[in-house]
Amino acid sequence: MRKHTLVALMQDRPGVLTRAVSMFRRRGFNIESLAVGHTETPGVSRMTLVVESETVEQVVKQLYRLIEVLKVSDVTFDPTVEREMALVKVHATSTTRSEIVSLAQIFDAKIVDVGTSSLIVEMTGAPGKVENFLEVIRPFGIKEMMRTGRIAMVRGSRTHQASDYIDVEENGHIAAALN
Amino acid sequence: MAEKMTGAQIMCEALVREGVEVMFGMPGGAIMPFYYAMYDYRDKLRHILCRHEQGAGHAAEGYARVTGTVGVCVATSGPGATNLVTPIADAWMDSTPIVAITGQVSSAVIGKDAFQETDITGITMPVTKHSYLVKNIEELPTVFKEAFYIASTGRPGPVLIDITKDAQQARTVPNWDVKITLPGYKPTLQGNRKQIMTAVKLLAEAKKPLIMAGNGIIMADATEELRSFAERTGIPVITTLHGIGAFPEDHPLSIGMPGMHGWVHVNRAIQECDVLFNIGARFDDRVTGKVSTFAPNARIIHVDIDPSEIGKNVKTEVPIVGDARMVLMAMLEEMPQRDTTEWMHKIREMQSHHQHRQQYLVREAGTEDILMPHDVYAALTRIMNERGKYRVATDVGQHQMWAAQLIDWYRPRTHITSGGAGTMGFALPAALGAAVACPDETIWVIVGDGGFQMTNQELATIVQEGITNIKVAIVNNGYLGMVRQWQELFEDRRYSHTLLTGPDFAQLARAYGVCGITVEQRGEVEAAIEAAYAHNGPVVIDFRVEREVNVFPMVPQGKSIGDMLTEQPEPTATA
Repeated sequence: MRKHTLVALMQDRPGVLTRAVSMFRRRGFNIESLAVGHTETPGVSRMTLVVESETVEQVVKQLYRLIEVLKVSDVTFDPTVEREMALVKVHATSTTRSEIVSLAQIFDAKIVDVGTSSLIVEMTGAPGKVENFLEVIRPFGIKEMMRTGRIAMVRGSRTHQASDYIDVEENGHIAAALN
Repeated sequence: MAEKMTGAQIMCEALVREGVEVMFGMPGGAIMPFYYAMYDYRDKLRHILCRHEQGAGHAAEGYARVTGTVGVCVATSGPGATNLVTPIADAWMDSTPIVAITGQVSSAVIGKDAFQETDITGITMPVTKHSYLVKNIEELPTVFKEAFYIASTGRPGPVLIDITKDAQQARTVPNWDVKITLPGYKPTLQGNRKQIMTAVKLLAEAKKPLIMAGNGIIMADATEELRSFAERTGIPVITTLHGIGAFPEDHPLSIGMPGMHGWVHVNRAIQECDVLFNIGARFDDRVTGKVSTFAPNARIIHVDIDPSEIGKNVKTEVPIVGDARMVLMAMLEEMPQRDTTEWMHKIREMQSHHQHRQQYLVREAGTEDILMPHDVYAALTRIMNERGKYRVATDVGQHQMWAAQLIDWYRPRTHITSGGAGTMGFALPAALGAAVACPDETIWVIVGDGGFQMTNQELATIVQEGITNIKVAIVNNGYLGMVRQWQELFEDRRYSHTLLTGPDFAQLARAYGVCGITVEQRGEVEAAIEAAYAHNGPVVIDFRVEREVNVFPMVPQGKSIGDMLTEQPEPTATA
């Protein structure tokens, strides 16, 4: 089965995330990764989801049935920038610490905390790169790890702007009133 | 200077502004402010006090189904709201426009497990088109306007408005000058021109085309357009369970119902057709049978106002998203006349071999007096048509399939049933809604003894409201008949918990103040129906029919629709 990356814009109204997630569960769509956050437009959220499904068209259509959903795009075949982030607490002794630091440097990861027997590494990158980094760091002993969902954006001048689908000013007023 | 109103008054005013005349409901703690305000609106808003919130919900559905407008039901928080879940789910499955109004505990105690608190917007999320939890009085005018708009447009469906008690009690000067801004909700009405032309070409060139008409035709008020289209092209029309009434069954191009209990010639026509033109039906599994073998020779054109229905169950060659009426009008302009005589002849020939509507009416000597379900339907069809102005609400099960098969259906919005959800207990309260909407017509309820016992408390509502135009025909076989039929045919006659020893329904009816009649012999059927018409009030007729009669033809679940059981199979040696 092919993995699809979808980008969805939706009005930020109470319950909208629940509606979307509840629909995925109910219809048996297998969501591998989900990330939601604010956009350039107040009152509009953007969701990036990775779905493993033969029926990605149904996922898109069912999302559109939700009243708040403005736009859904399948960007799987578009040139995109995709990012994930991981915070990893690695077991680090005085002998292994410098090796971990240099590995982190190779991967453009940051050391964000240093303890007596551990380091926290912040790794941001394309999903494959994050995966590779975790692989090389694993032998040192991963004590704790947290990964985010994937976020994606199409390269070049093509946009998925909320302002193409709503009256930005009006939506801002409504969103402000609701909060 | 406009005066301040309470949230509850704003709710009443909003309903009046939406053109609501009737609502069905039951009060309780969290919705009491609304009922307080309603008292002043009793001349404009008729409220019908049901005996159970489920009854109120189905009544709103029945009202919506016959009028084509939004039905409204009301309940309090907690159990009142959860009792509405079944009708809401039913309305969701059958695309019935209803607005359900529920009271919610005060915003200060939400999330604290307060008395009669349930998260009804959460519970109903998978079965509502949209829902609102209103805690702020200022939102009420907008929310009501949006709710009615969403419920009634596009693919209709249920919308829930849950309103906290404090929002109902607060006071403000309402701002009615609201416009609906739903940038994510823009139903497509006009079909895509290119797809329409492709569809026209396919239908013009097809050797064996078939039209499948569903509920979408009725909801789009497209029956006239469908008729013109069929007559122009000569293409035979099949009507699904919810498409019943979309096309008159006495029309020379009508061939009947497809699916699990559809007719053999209809299912065979589907299996043989080369182009299947589905307008407003959703290829439910009860229609398609085993999907991989469904319409193997057909190129499929599917018109639906909901894009997600197209390609969901059946692979579609020409998808057309749009309103059934608008798409048919656009297609009519382009559609050439064509000849289907040979194809039609073939279908009629299959029909003459396989359709036995008169089955069991002609009987061997010695069994003439036995009351078969078929006798009830034959008599009802004849007398209803003689008297005219009727609608029929059916429940779920054997009696429902017999009603679909054996009654002649001519007009849209005359056949009201629970299709998608298959909700037993639907018929009587739905008929209540229909009877309120159509006071000068006779509303027949055809119901099994199992389903009737689920909601028969609404007889009290009918009597209290002085509703006289409801006549109930219980097709009483003392079983949960359809389940028993499956047990008989597929589970070695293990009648596990399907035997019902019901009450004496005529006496039960009398206890409610309703005229009760018991019929045990074939010869008494017509007189009982005539007596029901003669009585100026609700009537319950308990037809005690032959107990182990099965609905045929039948496609066993999971089988191809080309593979029908047309009659009782010989019992196997082990049975």
